[in-house]
Amino acid sequence: MQININGKAHDLSGADPDMPLLWALRDLLGLVGAKYGCGVAQCGACTVWLDDIPVRSCQLPLGAITGREVTTIEGLAGDALHPVQEAWIAHDVAQCGYCQAGQIMSAAALLKRNPNPSLEAIEGAMAGNICRCGTYTRIVDAIQTASTRLQGLSFYEVGQEVAERQTDGGVSV
Amino acid sequence: MSAGASPGIKRRDFLRYSSFGLALSSGGITVLAAAKTAAPANSLNPYVMIHDDGRIVIAAPNPDVGQGVNTALPMIVAEELDADWQDVEVILAPIDASRYGAQFAGGSLSVRNRWDELRQMGAAAREMLLRSAAQQWGVPRVELTTQPSKVLHTPSGRTASFAELVAAATEQPVPADGEVVLKARADYRLLGQRVVNAAAADIVRGRPIFGIDVSVPDMVYATYVKCPQVGGVPKTANLDEVKALPGILDAFIIAGNAGPPSFDLRKSIHVAGGVAIVASNTWVAIKARRSLQVDWDTSAASTDDSRAIEATALSAAGRPTGERDVKRLGDPDSAFAKSSSIVSGVYATDFVSHAQLEPQSCVAHATSTEVEVWTSSQTPGFAQSTLAKLFELPAEAIAVHQIRGGGGFGRRLSNEYVREAAVISKHMGKPVKLQWMREDDMAFDFYRSPAYFGLQAALSETGELTGWRNHVVSVSSDGEEANYGAGYRGYNFPDDVVPNVHISQTMVASKTPTGAWRAPISNVYAFAEQSFLHELAEAAGKDHRDFLMAALGADKWFKPDDLASLNTVRARKAIAAVTQAAGWGRAIPKGRGLGLGFFFSHAGHVAEVAEVSVNADRQVTVHEVWVAADLGQIVNLSGAENQFQGSIVDGVSALADQRISIRSGAIEQTNFHQYPLLRLPQSPKINVEFLASDYPPSGAGEPALPPVAPAICNAVFNACGERIRSLPISRAGFKVV
Ligand code: FES
Ligand code: FES
Repeated sequence: MQININGKAHDLSGADPDMPLLWALRDLLGLVGAKYGCGVAQCGACTVWLDDIPVRSCQLPLGAITGREVTTIEGLAGDALHPVQEAWIAHDVAQCGYCQAGQIMSAAALLKRNPNPSLEAIEGAMAGNICRCGTYTRIVDAIQTASTRLQGLSFYEVGQEVAERQTDGGVSV
Repeated sequence: MSAGASPGIKRRDFLRYSSFGLALSSGGITVLAAAKTAAPANSLNPYVMIHDDGRIVIAAPNPDVGQGVNTALPMIVAEELDADWQDVEVILAPIDASRYGAQFAGGSLSVRNRWDELRQMGAAAREMLLRSAAQQWGVPRVELTTQPSKVLHTPSGRTASFAELVAAATEQPVPADGEVVLKARADYRLLGQRVVNAAAADIVRGRPIFGIDVSVPDMVYATYVKCPQVGGVPKTANLDEVKALPGILDAFIIAGNAGPPSFDLRKSIHVAGGVAIVASNTWVAIKARRSLQVDWDTSAASTDDSRAIEATALSAAGRPTGERDVKRLGDPDSAFAKSSSIVSGVYATDFVSHAQLEPQSCVAHATSTEVEVWTSSQTPGFAQSTLAKLFELPAEAIAVHQIRGGGGFGRRLSNEYVREAAVISKHMGKPVKLQWMREDDMAFDFYRSPAYFGLQAALSETGELTGWRNHVVSVSSDGEEANYGAGYRGYNFPDDVVPNVHISQTMVASKTPTGAWRAPISNVYAFAEQSFLHELAEAAGKDHRDFLMAALGADKWFKPDDLASLNTVRARKAIAAVTQAAGWGRAIPKGRGLGLGFFFSHAGHVAEVAEVSVNADRQVTVHEVWVAADLGQIVNLSGAENQFQGSIVDGVSALADQRISIRSGAIEQTNFHQYPLLRLPQSPKINVEFLASDYPPSGAGEPALPPVAPAICNAVFNACGERIRSLPISRAGFKVV
């Protein structure tokens, strides 16, 4: 089983094909940004991108994603910050922060598809991510701020911008 | 298989663990390089250390489970130190009562309890820097002052950074409490401002800062299966079959204690009996649970049925007085006899689970002589003392490391999962990460106790509130004392304000473990009392705001100088501010309503107005909520506002459709599909106003929650004419959309 994660190929042949991607990321690869919240695709804490689509990694068996491209929060901008992450800091969104990697992955995917989403589009895209601490007001504000930043920039340009700010270069946005 | 990088925390770093704690920023949790025993160089006191390169390290003493104290508490130190916040690096303090006192997260007490201490610590460190500059420059101390992160000699214009001065400053004697002058509020540069959470940069990057992210060398992974019927213990299990599964390292029975656990945080060393499955990774352990079969002994287990508990409680609450008297003020019987009208209402709330988003986990390494644990406990000090008792070791043999938690709300006050992890580790002879599944978290909580209220009020001819009866029906595991959060609230309004009062209580038996859930006791009382006061205003034909203002009685601070006692002046100001902000009295379209709620808890006077609409399908939209609060001075405006926004979402979430039901001692809900949390599209617009009076600051984590339910239920009444007397509102067929 070969899976590409954040632009790097990983051979997970020794792992149980039933193992959800979430636990492979966390326990086998040390990528712990995706969180375990429910294990049944209810909360979104485990959200990563599969070929640029946000998915719940707790419900994604390794055997089903061989050869696919996975992006996790660690790969969104590396040590640099994606405009969504910047907006998250600017709006001081997090309380406990446990849900926020998942929220950011859903928000960044939304803005990639639709850089200028309506409130309804934001609500639709974010409904699968629970924030138990109730930071929803700030999540909406941060998405709108990031959206403003992204206006007029192609996603290629955003990727370039992020890459430029990144010390170790190379980022898959 | 690629080995990959091992997550953040390295055990060898912890063994070199400094006396100063864990760094929060850049690269997740790292450990300052310093010997275990020696005080780090350049430290001025347990809270302040200044690096030669200018970084100012401030220790955050109390656990942060999302309430923001890892930012707010260091801000208080930084203010008095006169540190530039840009230079500040926050670290998590070690758990050490000798230097940091009581380190816990509960009761919205972190800021309130540490306000004086932390200002003094910051000011004392600043004074040491000033004195060391005076000595070096040969100038009088009085000619010196500070600007952010530097000392200034005004007459000569000479300056030196804190970093340049710190080495010599450590030689200065520590100033005593009376020797330093604290800043006047008008001189604050930092307090009251919006400051971004100290962990924000790590959070948005997904760095390993949570309990679930802890990883130490040689660690193995465990899951722990307990009896669904709370308090049951294993007799036998198909252990050999489980052990034969690939990747399983061991499976064994822990006899543990029979019977439900206790919420006695200080004393309980209860470990529920169960079956531990230990594996090479979390998934292998989880998967093996499917093959596990256990024969349980349920002779000492709970047999609770929540429907029966409720039926008994409601029939008791229907009587005006209960088994025992709790309080009598004035002459309630004649007040009721003389009244022009009597209004009654029975209010009920249900069992509720915490559902913090990070399920319990703990990394533990227990040997016969030492126990070391990494935990997001809200009471790490009790984790230490109860582990010492359980393992019969001296307190010094127990090392507890505080780690950020993904939500608390009271769930992490108890430490039973810490003890489970340690017991499993000792059996394995290795460090173990115990991971609870969401299903474990929901089945083995210390739930919010339900409470039931038989309320009666006497109104005079002119509609004044002259008598108040509250028959409180409480769940009790021993039939004597009410369970935590179910008892009599014991303070102030309306009980101590109305002239004639009779409070009585009746116990209903329940073995289901209950504990503290955000704003315990207050959250159930607020719903019942503040809804009932609206009923009274309606019965008296008065505007709710005017009725509430009058019911608060004379201007009075019940125990002057005790922030935890009601001050009716502050209360009225909050009500006046929120009703003004919400446009109280404006014309509202049909099907919409405004509702008001006020509550005093956790030293906070908080008033809220909700605007809702209700349609023919009983769908409730919560459009907007206004909140005005007097919490005294505000430490971190962004943090306090975030706590308030979150409390309102939490309040709506709980009242909408959260209830735990119990059959034959087992919890019926297993995960979020049966126990829904509010989602973004249901979340209202929220307006927060802090009155920012001159009183010392009180905590922001809890006091905004209690008024939410009454404000919304009163708004629903105003929108559709239907009174809600039972939570969650889904029980009456309402649905929050
Ligand atoms: S953990 Fe995957 S959706 Fe909750
Ligand atoms: S910030 Fe705590 S769950 Fe979202």
